[in-house]
Amino acid sequence: MFGKLTLAAIPLSQPIPLVTGAVVLVVILAVLAWVVIAGHLPYLWREWITSVDHKRIGVMYILLASVMLLRGFADAIMMRAQQALAFHSNGFLPPEHYNQIFSAHGTIMIFFVAMPFVIGLMNLVVPLQLGVRDVAFPTLNSVGFWLTATGALLVNVSLVVGEFARTGWLPYPPLSELTYSPGVGVDYYTWSLEISGIGTLVAGINLVTTVLKIRTRGMTYMRMPIFCWTTLASNLLIIAAFPILTATLAMLILDRYLGFHFFTNEAGGNVMMFMNLIWAWGHPEVYILVLPAFGVYSEVVSTFSGKPLFGYRSMVLATMAICVISFMVWLHHFFTMGAGPDVNAIFGIASMIIAVPTGVKIYNWLFTMFGGRIRFTTPMMWSIGFMVTFIIGGLTGVLVAVPPADFLLHNSLFLVAHFHNVIIGGVLFGAFAGYTYWFPKAFGFRLHEGWGKAAFWFWLIGFYVAFVPLYAVGFLGMTRRMQHYDIAAWTPWLHLASIGAVLILIGIICQIMQLVVSIRHREALRDVTGDPWDGRSLEWATASPPPVFNFAFMPDVTGEDAYWTMKRRAREEGAKEPNYQAIEMPRNSPTGFVCAFFATVMGFALIWHIWWMVIAALIGAYATFVVFAWRDHDEYEIPAEEVARLDHANLNARRGLVTAAGSV
Amino acid sequence: MAVAAVASARGYDPHLIGLEDVSHDGPASKRIIAGYGFWIFILSDMVMFSCFFAAFAVLSGQTAGGPTGAELFNLRNVAIETAFLLCSSFACGMASIAAEVRYQLWFQVAMVVTCLLGIGFLIIEFHEFADLIARGAGPSRSAFLSSFFALVGCHGAHVSAGILWLLTMMAQVFAKGFRADILRRFLCFALFWHALDIIWVAIFSVVYLLGSAA
Repeated sequence: MFGKLTLAAIPLSQPIPLVTGAVVLVVILAVLAWVVIAGHLPYLWREWITSVDHKRIGVMYILLASVMLLRGFADAIMMRAQQALAFHSNGFLPPEHYNQIFSAHGTIMIFFVAMPFVIGLMNLVVPLQLGVRDVAFPTLNSVGFWLTATGALLVNVSLVVGEFARTGWLPYPPLSELTYSPGVGVDYYTWSLEISGIGTLVAGINLVTTVLKIRTRGMTYMRMPIFCWTTLASNLLIIAAFPILTATLAMLILDRYLGFHFFTNEAGGNVMMFMNLIWAWGHPEVYILVLPAFGVYSEVVSTFSGKPLFGYRSMVLATMAICVISFMVWLHHFFTMGAGPDVNAIFGIASMIIAVPTGVKIYNWLFTMFGGRIRFTTPMMWSIGFMVTFIIGGLTGVLVAVPPADFLLHNSLFLVAHFHNVIIGGVLFGAFAGYTYWFPKAFGFRLHEGWGKAAFWFWLIGFYVAFVPLYAVGFLGMTRRMQHYDIAAWTPWLHLASIGAVLILIGIICQIMQLVVSIRHREALRDVTGDPWDGRSLEWATASPPPVFNFAFMPDVTGEDAYWTMKRRAREEGAKEPNYQAIEMPRNSPTGFVCAFFATVMGFALIWHIWWMVIAALIGAYATFVVFAWRDHDEYEIPAEEVARLDHANLNARRGLVTAAGSV
Repeated sequence: MAVAAVASARGYDPHLIGLEDVSHDGPASKRIIAGYGFWIFILSDMVMFSCFFAAFAVLSGQTAGGPTGAELFNLRNVAIETAFLLCSSFACGMASIAAEVRYQLWFQVAMVVTCLLGIGFLIIEFHEFADLIARGAGPSRSAFLSSFFALVGCHGAHVSAGILWLLTMMAQVFAKGFRADILRRFLCFALFWHALDIIWVAIFSVVYLLGSAA
């Protein structure tokens, strides 16, 4: 009846997951109870859960990423504590538990923090920057988000029902094959990523179609903000790379479920094929994450320097060059696995070449700041912190791209420090910069600057204190993923690193405080104009938060920095009264949520071999789509008077501010 | 020089030089958006198939002492399968024309023919698989057979999903007629069905023809 699932799946002997699970369960139930009792459920269902508005979906992506960041960071601080204690001792985490923690940490941070964070920002901002009403496929967008949430949910269910993979964040065979990992851990990993991978692919198709086919009048390619360009590049990579992940994990699933021999040691299976396939996805993946962050920095640096971006065309070129070259370097992840010197040399050189367009970008940002009137707001701080940190990470990256050096540094903590250096310093700082920069656009009030700056400094210093020691112990020969060790020279470095993790923890607490304080003081931080930073691109041309239709009339773009140009022109010529028309918008739909419900049931049933439930869930998911396809009215109309009323309210607020500033 | 003068006279955008004539009319029509998005999906699907093709290329020699393709494949059956699939694509094209002129009866007839040919293809494929497994040449026998079953099976799974979609389309057109949104869906279905043919042609050549020659 329930396949492999028995009561023994609940880890009653392990206090840490059990207590954590119980606390999380109580918190979830409390939140649910509050939502129901306070009567917020209809509002949540109507305005958020069934929403197909790209702004709402973007916010939900970022919320998911933030919650998962807490989970992933809890894993991180446990690992730092374990390694600080585990000299000549077993520490406080038994090996089988420690292995699950480092696997879950990597999986969650990449797939359920970094990915949803950047996809959320892209969803929120790109249609606004392009001057249009929505993304290409609004309902599909909702499906993509909810499938991502399904993946995150399944990974977290593994905490209390069964176990998670002990194989690292990429399940290398033969360890991940049934012979060596007989439990459900790897199955939790594969099914969560298959399901959330479909969600990511859907988001990628949606955003590429949006950028290529839905732009306002006059928004030619070379007038798009750089964030739209990086979105295009990143989502092209998603479309080309995520199917590889889907196929690779499908092969592993076939090996584990049906006795196939893709990656086994027996019957001609080929382990190296897994390495090649997984990294043919895995290396583009890091650029999928970092390119949107580069886009955020471009917007932030240009806005807060009060200048157009330096070298716009070279920035576009560099972005697309990275997009292409990122598919030609995957082998540098396994130089030591016997490809031979000539192959290693080619991939080593390709890996160094990809640093060139990245360097171009750094210079462009520097020259944008040069001669500008720089405002040191929180997003700008994150951007400057990024430039310094990312250069160090990039340089250590070029170092490990040299095959002879890589033979010494492969799988050492030096490597761990390197990729945290680029992912925290590049992706996460960019996500935080974008979060602070676009928060007022999404919610109509700014985030508190003081707490934001405190968070920035704790994160920045904490990052260096946590990861520079790991570079050092890497040079001292410490490999990654060690549950305990016997070398006294490593201990002081690992103690230092754990202090760094505590500093980062304080940074995260500052971010939570920032959010709480900002919500409490939202009236003081209110942005009535829709343009709190004196912005340059079209998202600032509409109200904050924007009305559901984004723009009352389609903006007409005549050059780069579209909104900056409009502002200057309006100052010179005065604004004309536009001709408002009724607007058609897509209706909300529970398709995404219901579909994800069935996907969750199906994933869980597949993990535990409950076959009847798999079939039931499949039928349910199919039925959901048929019901969706059978709708007769998928759009509703907003009358012209309503559009005019909302737009006038925003215009009056803007004029009021200009008049007030003029009278001072 | 004239262009530069215009740009500086307008004074808005120092980067415009040489790009004066470029224009963009705004968002594309819904039909174009739907078709374009679906094309991109098909490309991503082809990337996924290419992984299974790559795996087959790597593992096709790894028979682990078991049977090779030359010993297993029945080219006569494969030729019939190919004919079924190509004819079903023709029928699907007929359905597209019928939809274009809004002719309900011929649309349904063409779709039924498409469906029957697709089911015929699946039946032959199923028999081939069952026969191989019965002869001890199932996917667990060797890495070669694993990659064979995965690649061909993945195509078969796509055809099965396509038939489910086809039946849904028929019911929808029957119940609601040729509405614009339904026609957009049918455009996507037709693209999907033809793309499966392209994949099959590659499977036919790489797996069966080259595999039988080896």
